[in-house]
Amino acid sequence: MTDNIKNIIESLLFVSETPLTIDRIKSVISTEDTKGIRTVLEQLADEYESRGGGFYLGEVAGGFQIRTRPEYTEWIKRLIQPNPQRLSKAALETLAIIAYKQPVIRSDVEHVRGVDSGGVLRLLLERKFIRILGRKEIPGRPLIYATTKEFLQVFDLKDLKDLPTLKEIDAFGNPTAEDVIPPGPERTSPLVEETVEQEEAPEETNGKNP
Amino acid sequence: MESAPENTIPYQVQLEDIFEGPMDLLIHLIKKNEVNIYDIPIALITRQYLGYIDWMKFMNIDFAGDFLVMASTLAQIKSRMLLPIHGPEEEDEDPRMEITRPLLEYLQIKDAAEALYRRNLLGETTFIRPSSKADYPMEPGDQMVKVGLFELIDAFKSILENLSEDQQIEFTPDRISVTDRISELVDLLEDKGSITFVELFSPKPDKSQIIITFLAVLEMVKLHLVRIVQHVQTGIIRLFYI
Repeated sequence: MTDNIKNIIESLLFVSETPLTIDRIKSVISTEDTKGIRTVLEQLADEYESRGGGFYLGEVAGGFQIRTRPEYTEWIKRLIQPNPQRLSKAALETLAIIAYKQPVIRSDVEHVRGVDSGGVLRLLLERKFIRILGRKEIPGRPLIYATTKEFLQVFDLKDLKDLPTLKEIDAFGNPTAEDVIPPGPERTSPLVEETVEQEEAPEETNGKNP
Repeated sequence: MESAPENTIPYQVQLEDIFEGPMDLLIHLIKKNEVNIYDIPIALITRQYLGYIDWMKFMNIDFAGDFLVMASTLAQIKSRMLLPIHGPEEEDEDPRMEITRPLLEYLQIKDAAEALYRRNLLGETTFIRPSSKADYPMEPGDQMVKVGLFELIDAFKSILENLSEDQQIEFTPDRISVTDRISELVDLLEDKGSITFVELFSPKPDKSQIIITFLAVLEMVKLHLVRIVQHVQTGIIRLFYI
């Protein structure tokens, strides 16, 4: 019986054009057994993994999808011509800002990038990586942008929480290996030293008071 | 200004794709000079920055006003660094933080953007089975044409004609806004991919709903969210999510 269910789910995965959600599977095979389905999906993923074939079961955009292993990209590209619309650096930066800070308006994006971003936003809208959520009720009623499911699918993300944590930047402008430790300012300037001391002082008193 | 050409010539090669904006230029200068981002030698960086702007002028390159805004920010920070510090001490922050903070944020985003790009991108490093249907389901021999404004208005009229008489004077106090309607339609389109014009409306729509929906559709076309085509034979208008 379990094998049967496994085969059914595998066939659904094979046919589905979009990442297949557990809810969708539940409605197709009319069951409420979320845990059971998840177990089967994990079993399938493990099977594909141990078999080491041409594809794997990826968890993307809130669902599951059979995808080819990156090792075989070169051969696939000989078979089909994917439309090689690579995103520019500007588009990737803008997309990153929206992904990490959403919902955002255009001026939020331009504030971080320091340049006009209207054209890039339009391109990202066309590529369906971002969508318009509405308008912000401030003067000018600017459009509010957020990322789409398509974004999660293309960038191989389970959900928005799956986005890698932003890395701290070290004194020389490079991202640090660890992403949690905030960099201590290099105390070479008297001005910097002063601000640091002021920041520390209230913490000390707070520590002693309670 | 006199020293501008010497200062700037080394950067010209990278002009095209590296310095998209003032932030990129600043980051380049900071990395090139290997200076500490928390302790930017503001005089040196400002001089090189202005040298670069002069060079752009000299080469007749159109550059955005953003470069000038950043130049004035740098000059302002430089002058504030020269002023003696007085007043309550807590308010004294290194004036350079005004530039350091956005730089750090920008570097963080640049790193995040690269990290995104290094993922297993669908259609780039990983693939799924291509959808068996073409762009949208179509009978062979079916043809679509781009729909014009007047076809849309005709369709709108025919929806209005279905309106029952008694509904025409009704006021609904809590009408949905165009924005909300756009959001609803986007959800619908994300789900279905395409939808016929008639399906946009409930079987017995009230007037405000029709108008709001129509305005939403126009707005979505303007924003390039949807493509509208009409079937040559049946005349059915269909909206496709772009």
